[in-house]
Amino acid sequence: MKKTTTTWGRAVKLGLLLAVGATSAAHAQADLLGQLEQDTKKNAPSQLVDATFKSTRLINGHTVQTPGEGTLVFLISHRIGPFNSGSYEFFGLDQARIRIALEYAVTDRFEVGVGRSSLNKVVDGFLKYKALQQSTGTHAMPVSVTLFSSAAITTLRYDDGRDHTLPLRTAYTYQALLARKFSSNLSLQLMPTLIHRNLVMNEGENNDIYALGGGGRYKLSKRFSLNAEYYYVLSKYTADHYTNAVALGVDIETGGHIFQLNLTNSPGMIEKQFIGETSNKVFDGGIYFGFNINRNFTVKQRQRKI
Amino acid sequence: MPKLLLRGKRLSGLLLGLLLGLASPNRAWAQSKYMTRAGHISFFSASIMEDIEARNDKAAAVFDLGTGQVAFSVPIHEFQFKRTLMQEHFNENYMESEKYPKATFTGQLLNAAQLLKQLHTATQTVEVEGNLTMHGVTHKAIVTGTLQLRDGQLVVFAYFNIAPADFSIDIPLLVREHIAKSVSVRINLTCDAVTPALVAQP
Repeated sequence: MKKTTTTWGRAVKLGLLLAVGATSAAHAQADLLGQLEQDTKKNAPSQLVDATFKSTRLINGHTVQTPGEGTLVFLISHRIGPFNSGSYEFFGLDQARIRIALEYAVTDRFEVGVGRSSLNKVVDGFLKYKALQQSTGTHAMPVSVTLFSSAAITTLRYDDGRDHTLPLRTAYTYQALLARKFSSNLSLQLMPTLIHRNLVMNEGENNDIYALGGGGRYKLSKRFSLNAEYYYVLSKYTADHYTNAVALGVDIETGGHIFQLNLTNSPGMIEKQFIGETSNKVFDGGIYFGFNINRNFTVKQRQRKI
Repeated sequence: MPKLLLRGKRLSGLLLGLLLGLASPNRAWAQSKYMTRAGHISFFSASIMEDIEARNDKAAAVFDLGTGQVAFSVPIHEFQFKRTLMQEHFNENYMESEKYPKATFTGQLLNAAQLLKQLHTATQTVEVEGNLTMHGVTHKAIVTGTLQLRDGQLVVFAYFNIAPADFSIDIPLLVREHIAKSVSVRINLTCDAVTPALVAQP
């Protein structure tokens, strides 16, 4: 009696031991990666959403994007047209406008830039600060917000007898750029804008122009995207006497270059010009063909984290 | 009466044995496990045009010395480059890290039992055979490295090469000369022993 109990007991013990050992081993083999991923997921920090747009420009206007720290961007933009200027002007080629600019990213969030436009011989300088960046994770941020401000000085010689002092030649632009990358392909942006001009040329014209811009990009492939941009002018005088700037374009990325080809009704490439001074109507053929060429140089390499 | 006592002793011994039997495999399994979430992985691509280097300090890995099983999980987004534009292109155009956020490896130490016996005395050169998944593509891989037990931690080194083409990483003609056909990868981990309490967490 005693003997059988012990043998039976031993068998149970052995069986249980084997069963437990086997299940835990099987569990370990099948679930090692799963457990690892679950653990890392649990501890996942919030992750910034990068590359909402390819360039610092959507088409005419800015995007929320600032280049990475230590990056110098050389930007050449042309606007050729309008097409309705006829064969005498070679359909706009004779009147090609150019803007040459340099932008430098002081930090990952802050960049400064200067540019020179041939249209009205305007020199502009801007500051751009990425205030909020879209992120995922525990404390997710739904949008990116970049603050933009610029000053533009017209260096044109006037012969109207007035004294065009430096303040009278200056106009300022303030923008809050709000964007969200909905997917790796689709990003949309809103651009509330205020432009202040110290001098206006016409009776009854406002010094301030309020406008709301909207735009976005859709990536058709990894290196090719379709862009659109529209600025709706809210200030009455400007809305009555000028047209809203509209633009359609593509981004083509090739390593260190981004080529942006576009069609727009605006000859100007800075905010005060394309938002405040566009007078061409798209449906009358007042369209300019244009391009921006972005070339990125890494001036200062990032310090390696160890 | 003494007979009964004896039986009681045996019974309690059996119970104790059962309890130990339940507990011991678990404990052994837990103690043989080493894990890190801050492993270093770097890669290097050398070409005529330029050298490209990136490092990642967020690699997660687990080694089960009881079974010889190995698992890695590497967040692609955490690779840091010296040039920020390269980092953007790496994530956006090459690795598509939004679509494929992780590279994983699951494998088995070859000759595990024999190696692990000697691991307590000296550094062991090991071979791991398994599956490497990256950019949505899985390939069999055999990786050679070393294991060492040092102050209760498992120190791991490994060095191997990966061909981007094997993992359908598409490199456009224009930059083909800039990126090596074979990229070298270096792994350097210090794994802590996993306590049973940590394992028990879901």
